[in-house]
Amino acid sequence: MTKKPRKTGLIFFPAFDWAISPTHPEREERLLYTQDQVFEEGLLDFENILEFKPGMATVEDINRAHICVPDARSVITESHLISAGGAITAADKVLRKEVDNAFALVRPPGHHAMLVVHGARGFCNINIEAVMVEYIRKHYGIRKVAIVDTDCHHGDGTQDIYWNDPDTLCISIHQDGRTLYPGTGFPEEMGGPNALGYTINIPLPPRTSDEGFLYTLENAILPILDDFQPELIINSAGQDNHYSDPITNMRFSARGYALLNDRLSPDIAVLEGGYSIEKALPYVNMGIILAMAGLDYDSVREPDFHAESLRQSDELTRKIERDVAEIHRLWKSRHSLKKKMVGDSRYTRRRKGIYYDTDGISEHQEETVRICEDCGGLVLIDSQADTGKRIYAVIIPHHACPACRLEGEDFFGKIPVQQYSHVYLQDRDKDNFQVKSR
Amino acid sequence: MILGIDVGGTHTDAVLIENLVVKRKTKVPTDEKNLLNSLLAVTTNLLRDEQPEKLERVVLSTTISTNAIVQKKTDRVGMILISGPGLPPSLLPVHEDSIHIRGYSNHRGAEMAAIDPEEVAQASRRFQEKEIRHLGVVGKFSTRNPKQETVVRDLLDGSYRHISMGHRLSGHLNFPRRIATTYLNESIWRRYNTFITQIQGFVRDQGITVPIYILKADGGTFDIEHSREFPVQTILSGPAASIMGILSMARCRRDAVALDMGGTTTDIALFADGVPLLEPFGVTIEGHKTLIRGLKTKSIGVGGDSLVSVTDGRLQIGPVREGPAYACGGPCPTPTDAMIVLGMTDIGDALLARRAMEDIGRQLNMGIEDAARAVYEETCRIVSAAVTSMVEEVNNKPVYTIHEILEGKKLIPKTLFVVGGPAGAIAPRMAELLGCPAQIPEHAEVANAIGAALARTTAEMTLLADTEQQLLTIAEDGYQEAIPARFTRADAIRIGQDRLRKKVMAMGAREEDLEIEVIEDMEFNMVKQFYTTGKNIRVKVQVKPGLIAGFTEGGKA
Repeated sequence: MTKKPRKTGLIFFPAFDWAISPTHPEREERLLYTQDQVFEEGLLDFENILEFKPGMATVEDINRAHICVPDARSVITESHLISAGGAITAADKVLRKEVDNAFALVRPPGHHAMLVVHGARGFCNINIEAVMVEYIRKHYGIRKVAIVDTDCHHGDGTQDIYWNDPDTLCISIHQDGRTLYPGTGFPEEMGGPNALGYTINIPLPPRTSDEGFLYTLENAILPILDDFQPELIINSAGQDNHYSDPITNMRFSARGYALLNDRLSPDIAVLEGGYSIEKALPYVNMGIILAMAGLDYDSVREPDFHAESLRQSDELTRKIERDVAEIHRLWKSRHSLKKKMVGDSRYTRRRKGIYYDTDGISEHQEETVRICEDCGGLVLIDSQADTGKRIYAVIIPHHACPACRLEGEDFFGKIPVQQYSHVYLQDRDKDNFQVKSR
Repeated sequence: MILGIDVGGTHTDAVLIENLVVKRKTKVPTDEKNLLNSLLAVTTNLLRDEQPEKLERVVLSTTISTNAIVQKKTDRVGMILISGPGLPPSLLPVHEDSIHIRGYSNHRGAEMAAIDPEEVAQASRRFQEKEIRHLGVVGKFSTRNPKQETVVRDLLDGSYRHISMGHRLSGHLNFPRRIATTYLNESIWRRYNTFITQIQGFVRDQGITVPIYILKADGGTFDIEHSREFPVQTILSGPAASIMGILSMARCRRDAVALDMGGTTTDIALFADGVPLLEPFGVTIEGHKTLIRGLKTKSIGVGGDSLVSVTDGRLQIGPVREGPAYACGGPCPTPTDAMIVLGMTDIGDALLARRAMEDIGRQLNMGIEDAARAVYEETCRIVSAAVTSMVEEVNNKPVYTIHEILEGKKLIPKTLFVVGGPAGAIAPRMAELLGCPAQIPEHAEVANAIGAALARTTAEMTLLADTEQQLLTIAEDGYQEAIPARFTRADAIRIGQDRLRKKVMAMGAREEDLEIEVIEDMEFNMVKQFYTTGKNIRVKVQVKPGLIAGFTEGGKA
């Protein structure tokens, strides 16, 4: 196999001194064997693989993507700033054209962190991809971004942050939510009224193997990306679809991950989950790095790999084919669906309960969206957690139309602050973040 | 008394040091055909009228290994590679005499696939057919478990003149570099050993009975007998000698830059708190990336004799050297000519120097002095930019813990040491450009020999303790021992310090020079199904590269 080498940036930050708890899957040792493999294979000696030190994200960076309660400082540790900072460094290197693509091999992960953050859920405090995407928009003026979440768990945090943004295509492939945390990510979750269709969920049945993943990539993800024409493709690269992962039930292999990244060809990949730290991560990461760098990954293979025993059943193959066809149909009909869904209403409202499993917090949220033909629409959030905190947030979208802006500013001015512990204004368009408290 | 000798490509320098002071120094042209002639000349010069019993040791820095590699005077080496899955052979530094065999150990040193003795015998038959007498055996992750390399060696022992095993040459991870290092070690092994035998004979003939040491790439020394097994450790010891020499003369405990400007190139080295910086992975020689610990140097193509030209109205300095300065009979203008015009040096013919600068001035539409100033300024600017980028590169080196990111030390040079021909001329301007005072150390012309004479014996050691497997591995020593499940990081550090002490003493170190430090010290919980099953402990200890005791504490050369 001959390929054209690409210049790949590697931001490697294993955080060897940080853990959620000593025996938690998200602990110091997680990237240890990956580091061993990367070093032993001599990957950093390749002229087209450049390693960069991660920068540190700032509170301003976080406030562009999140409403942290009561503030960013109190929901994060230094390690989160470095992890998000690593993703930002990856973006900088790509957008300044120092490299062709980049992989932020950093921890802790972030894709379960939602717009409002009361604490940690699914090992995540802040959404490092979203922090990175908002940084990119602010500093490089990029509008259309596609995030392809290949973690085994539904990327519910990323979905939540971009639920109402038609310029951010969020595609998540994951193990069927009926069989795995966080229990969401079904095809009918398609985004808010002004961004309907731009959230795409592709649940895959347990025991899906390389064949099923690559079929989905070729027949759903790639054609949709081709329609959407993003300026930037980001892979939220979880590695827990691997057959040896202890907390999931899929059968993806290291070589499968390499093939996926080769064909998807993301501009930036950011590590998410993946907890088979000895049997999967060293090989999966090796495969992804080689694929991104355009180097031959055909010999990447887990020492215990056995293709025959990992093959998916024919029945499962047929189910995936049917599901993929349905995903494609939904995507094609996204414009007509909006009319059907919103009718003549001026606002839509959804209520949701959010559970922070890592921190044991429950939140109730009511989200109101202004129906708009000209922008992503004004978003208003009323959120109450069992910590006793109740907040209100006004989100003015990127490229906000005058009407949504006027209404948003008006709301922020009028909200009775006595009812809430904090009232926030996140003006994504003007990069303005304000807080009022009683 | 210590006798320090540096056998360089052009000159052989030697110094005799007594009570840490340079007592005598000498420089003779190197006789490439017979290095022993040069050695005889310098020792005769220095040791005349001296009482031989006062001599404590002889330290030699030699280019024999470097030259063998550069001039390809190497032996053919059969390589047996236990590569396992991962990088394809097309991406490994392999040549036609390499054979890949089955077998694999993983990152924890667990054997995942066994060696097939029949396959090894087959490979050997192919080498025998090609009349190959030297063998290298390298396995992926062999530093985590040397067993498979040893198995192959044992199967073939006696059938070859010599066999090198990858795990003995470095404790660091990097399979492609381990292959290159093992190949180089074996390819120069015979030539190096012949040379060492000659040296030992020569020294005996001189009536010298004191210990003899050889300088390594990391600026440390090892005993000559010990060096026989590891010739590759002596590559690039020339630049190392020069850096150690500057260090000894500068007696500096701070962050510093050393510049050695020669005719063709300028070599840059950095010191952090007075300790020379090492290449993180290993040095590179003739395109071979190795695991050999060596001092970090950067060489740029600007020197006193660099060709100065003008293209599209812009000055170009180097990277080629066409000959000596115009003022010294060379063919074209050089920075040295500019320095002569500016009255910074009095070598050569000043009229010729003016003519060279006049030529440059005509192309730049300026007078002779202005042209000379422009050439001088550009030369200094290029060197200063290279220093700045090297410092930046060091400061941007990735780190892997939050602690290091938050507390990361930044290298901020406080002193600049300049040696080499144009040192006096460029030092003041370099000091201005880099914003720190410049010094020109004493005896700079024999810095290499002084560096060799005063370097201490160094070594490093990597320990991996796996309390789940209850095994401690020190690959460089081919050593494994059973450990209890309760084994701790403190135990690993203690054993590491202890064994390193014994190792360097065997390499010829003196007790008073043993500055042992722990350079890596990590411990990880290994967890299966949410229960801790053991600890993975990694410790690296080293004897810091530096000068022999008594020296750094206020001695003076």
